[in-house]
Amino acid sequence: MLRVDEQQQEVTFSPELVKQFDDIVSRYPAGKQKSALLPILHLVQAEYGWLSSKAMDKVAEYLKIQDIEVYEVATFYSMYFMRPQGKYVLEVCRTGPCGIVGAEKIMDHIEQTLGVKEGEVTSDGLFSWRGVECLAACGYGPVLQIGPEYTFYENLTNQSVDALIADLKVKARN
Amino acid sequence: MARKLLLTNINVPGINTFDVYRANGGYASVEKALKTMSPDEIVEEVKKSGLRGRGGAGFPTGMKWSFLAKPEGVARYLVCNADESEPGTFKDRYLMTYIPHLLIEGMIVASFALGAKTSYIYVRGEMMPQIRILEKAIAEAKNKGFLGKNILGTGYDLELYVQPGGGAYICGEETALLESLEGKRGNPRIKPPFPAIAGLYGCPTVVNNVESIAAVVPIINEGGEEYAKIGIGRSTGTKLISAGGNVKNPGVYEIDLGLPVEEFLYSDEYCGGIANGKRLKAVVAGGSSVPILPANLFLKTINNEPRLMSYESLADGGFVSGTMLGSGGFIAYDEDQCIVRNTWNFTRFYHHESCGQCSPCREGTGWMEKVLHRLEHGHGKLSDMDLLVDVSKKIEGNTICPLGDAAAWPVASAIRHFRDEFEWHVTNGAEAVTRNFGLAHYADPLPKKEETVA
Repeated sequence: MLRVDEQQQEVTFSPELVKQFDDIVSRYPAGKQKSALLPILHLVQAEYGWLSSKAMDKVAEYLKIQDIEVYEVATFYSMYFMRPQGKYVLEVCRTGPCGIVGAEKIMDHIEQTLGVKEGEVTSDGLFSWRGVECLAACGYGPVLQIGPEYTFYENLTNQSVDALIADLKVKARN
Repeated sequence: MARKLLLTNINVPGINTFDVYRANGGYASVEKALKTMSPDEIVEEVKKSGLRGRGGAGFPTGMKWSFLAKPEGVARYLVCNADESEPGTFKDRYLMTYIPHLLIEGMIVASFALGAKTSYIYVRGEMMPQIRILEKAIAEAKNKGFLGKNILGTGYDLELYVQPGGGAYICGEETALLESLEGKRGNPRIKPPFPAIAGLYGCPTVVNNVESIAAVVPIINEGGEEYAKIGIGRSTGTKLISAGGNVKNPGVYEIDLGLPVEEFLYSDEYCGGIANGKRLKAVVAGGSSVPILPANLFLKTINNEPRLMSYESLADGGFVSGTMLGSGGFIAYDEDQCIVRNTWNFTRFYHHESCGQCSPCREGTGWMEKVLHRLEHGHGKLSDMDLLVDVSKKIEGNTICPLGDAAAWPVASAIRHFRDEFEWHVTNGAEAVTRNFGLAHYADPLPKKEETVA
């Protein structure tokens, strides 16, 4: 699962990124730097778009923990990507309350519009999408979020999804 | 208009900033608590208030605080549970987005009461915008001397940090949350020891929901006895209810506990009835984990008494004819909703979110999901309902944490109350794929409200 076919690039964290790591580590008592693992993985994913095993090894090295301690955490939590994604990952809530207000139809529409199945990346590398579980926005459904800022788009319709995708295409060009 | 305690100033422009929040009476409880009260007095006020944990379990907050061990020379921690992931619940997101300083204020008072020098707010990772909002609010409060060293010159030091999760429902369970905060997989711990004895980093720890912490502010400002005057019986104070599903006006409402459910559902002050003029079929009253009730049993108890939005009234009848207030995640289902499909959807959720530690939950949730999938898609058998009940009974009570129970209850209650709809999916398999069962005899017995209200 951790070995994806793509050639993995060597990873070196920039001094700015390491400074952010240091800042996070300072929030915990001495010797408890492992607490910084989840926030650091979010930063690494925001930087590279996903978590390659080489990036995770570097995180382990930085936190002075075993590689496996990073892998087991990264694979447990649903927000971390174990393979490359589109530049924009559309994550649609599919649980109960969103389900009864049309989340499945929105996912069908996204699949048709982008022309890729759940988890696949569009040929221009811009988009991938997936259904995710409850995002705690049940009164505003259907909803989707886009990382790494996790901006929310609420009360979705086919039209608003089309407009969003068009906007993102423009944004990617600039 | 009911009295509001938490959302009083929610519509004041700029209330998300320190200055506006402060100008509207914010941080008064910090001044009162740190300057005029001892930590034990604060715990006593919270006990008097009767405040019960707002995350779902409803355990008395003051009692939880009084259990905290206080060995010499060992750090104590307060951790706020902002992992809000119970389907149907979105009140904490609302509170943190629009009035973040209320949570910060409550955290300062609660940390002081518990003797914590470092406190964490564990926010689910998907709420990155809320994490940024809280970090900004913390920086503002620190800048004004309400956090950091020697707060308001009282000699009390407190550092407050926001910790993002990684996307896992299970981290709403307090020991899983602590594991996650330590940088590990969110596997719940075996209790005892409870976090009050050995929690974060093995130190005494209290974990409280966002809304519980926020409620400490009015309790300190006005006194526990005043707070306890609101509500009914052992359900004191106000509660944030997240209303979603097919209600006309979805949103977060602050209610006095004890409000009749009929008023909550149909009055224009709250949900405004069912959207699109449809009839109510069923309600999940407290987040996806609590038993689902058909409309008639939801509005009136088995003894034909009007049901109230309180811990006791919603639980009236036990699991045979009652449910739970839970986290206040209120989901209404109209006549067009399919209970089988909804149960399958919820079970898929629990299967996805099971941490995999305990076999009954890991295997049982997947098994139930598969059986419900075939029922929904017209390939079920009449024996499937008994099979589902059997599997759910073997999960319930046999797991380390309550996720197993949470997965079992929606299935068992759906079959208990909607068995004929499940059977119809088997006997009319082909038809069940193309249309829904409809309202049948589940309609609420009340006259159609849209007409009477208008």
